[in-house]
Amino acid sequence: MILFDQVSKRYPGGNEALSHVNFHLHQGEMAFLTGHSGAGKSTLLKLIALIERATTGNVIIGGKNLHKVSRHTLPYLRRNMGIIFQDYQLLYDRTVFDNVALPLIISGFSSREVKKRVHAALDKVGLLRHEKKYPVTLSGGEQQRVSIARAVVNKPALLLADEPTGNLDPDLSLEIMDLFMAFNQVGVTVLIATHDIPLINQLDKRIVHLEHGQLLTVEED
Amino acid sequence: MAGQSSSTESQVQLRQLRPSFSSHFKEFFVRHLQVFFYSLGLLSRTPFSTLLTAAALGIALALPAGLYVILDHAKQLSGDFDSINQMSLFMKQDISTQAIDRLQKKLNAWPEIAQVKHIDRAAALKEFQENSGFGDALKALKDNPLPHLLIVYPSLTHNEAEQINHLLADLKKLPEVNLVQLDIQWLQRLYAIIHIAQRGIFIIGALLALAVLLIIGNTIRLAIENRRSEIVVMKLIGATDSFIRRPFLYTGFWYGLFGSLIAILLVNLSLLMISNPLAHLSSLYNNSELFSLGLMGINTSLTLLVSSCVLGWLGARMAVGRHLKEIEPK
Ligand SMILES: Nc1ncnc2c1ncn2[C@@H]1O[C@H](COP(=O)(O)OP(=O)(O)OP(=O)(O)O)[C@@H](O)[C@H]1O
Ligand SMILES: [Mg+2]
Repeated sequence: MILFDQVSKRYPGGNEALSHVNFHLHQGEMAFLTGHSGAGKSTLLKLIALIERATTGNVIIGGKNLHKVSRHTLPYLRRNMGIIFQDYQLLYDRTVFDNVALPLIISGFSSREVKKRVHAALDKVGLLRHEKKYPVTLSGGEQQRVSIARAVVNKPALLLADEPTGNLDPDLSLEIMDLFMAFNQVGVTVLIATHDIPLINQLDKRIVHLEHGQLLTVEED
Repeated sequence: MAGQSSSTESQVQLRQLRPSFSSHFKEFFVRHLQVFFYSLGLLSRTPFSTLLTAAALGIALALPAGLYVILDHAKQLSGDFDSINQMSLFMKQDISTQAIDRLQKKLNAWPEIAQVKHIDRAAALKEFQENSGFGDALKALKDNPLPHLLIVYPSLTHNEAEQINHLLADLKKLPEVNLVQLDIQWLQRLYAIIHIAQRGIFIIGALLALAVLLIIGNTIRLAIENRRSEIVVMKLIGATDSFIRRPFLYTGFWYGLFGSLIAILLVNLSLLMISNPLAHLSSLYNNSELFSLGLMGINTSLTLLVSSCVLGWLGARMAVGRHLKEIEPK
């Protein structure tokens, strides 16, 4: 599903954020991405979501080389990914319901279907009673869960998460991780960047370790 | 893990990169209608600034529209005088009455000419003596100072200004003719002035259309700037450019619509304000309808409405095309 082939990323005027990364995540697999702050975790996820493009090397998603994805087809590729951002990226002038509904509206679902799916997604993250509220009135952890609901509402084939439990207490973190595992159970490929080593050590999943832009541990199965 | 998930792997695959046309066609109108009213809702959230922009557009549109209405009327007014095109041919003094008759017959045969009337110099003198009050003074004259006069009426098929000029030149070349006078040269001058005014209004209209484009473009640019973070989020979750563009285009359309409605209102108000003085002026000509402008016609109003909406859409399109590409998630 995700294939990194000798991928390097150099930001303009900066150091190499990623250098010669080789990495393969199979379809239906789930892995954690760890590393110190500035190791390049977010950069790796951004390359997958085409928010950034690789300086050298190839990133291949679902058999599609991202070098060959034009501006025009990029949105359709992103609709296959549920992305949870480090800074949530919510719309603060819209209700929780409208935020979560956005991916569905973009894809042209009927309003009946939108309502059904949004409610299901909000229920999964335990925010159903907050659907009419605005994100600013929610706690950091609740906002994070809104962004998780938005990422999964479209039933994406690939779930990317950047520090999805950064603002959650241990109990809630485990609950959210269980949610990701449940998605993985039904075949969704999941890649999660996180600092929470104790948490992921409890879960029997592959761990990919980045250090200064280089991939150190690849526990191939 | 890999073994465990292999049975479900096929369930979740990358979907088709683009949706099929037919699946979207059904939703197409519904979604356009939604955005249509959504963009109206956005504008109604800031009624004051919306009104200000629409008023600026209305004034910019009212000027050429009002001038057009007046000019259109002036053209009709001058059209009423079209049929009285006639030319007076003053003959040389030494031309005999028989020669005049021959000339009259010859001219009557020209296709450009509908009719030729002869005003005999003797008859003219008699009439002048009787009516002018200079009778006695004129009787003292040894010779009749008046020339023979032929009045030429051009045929209706040769009534255009250029053809009239052509005819005029031909008539001047006749050896018997001393002087040709077009009785309605003032009309030609009026035509010329109207022609210039038409050009002027066209230029003013084009400039103000440009102003409308710029006003709307700038307004939309600000709207895009205000919604920058929203656009970034939309792009991040897979919105196409056309999806993001749509509400802005409809916003431009609404501005165009409101602007043209205000313009129509302004023009009609102005017409009402000058209708009384015009009626007074007309009464001085013993023709109460002569200068009445009425209100803006339905055709003119519709033309203004449609072109303004198109301008709004275009202005938004230009702004969006320029600025949407610059906004990318980082
Ligand atoms: N837009 C950018 N322009 C320039 N340099 C950048 C940019 N984004 C990231 N970097 C640099 O790239 C390196 C990797 O950044 P990245 O955000 O991928 O780290 P990270 O592992 O996600 O860190 P954290 O755990 O703090 O989120 C850092 O040195 C950072 O300074
Ligand atoms: Mg990061």
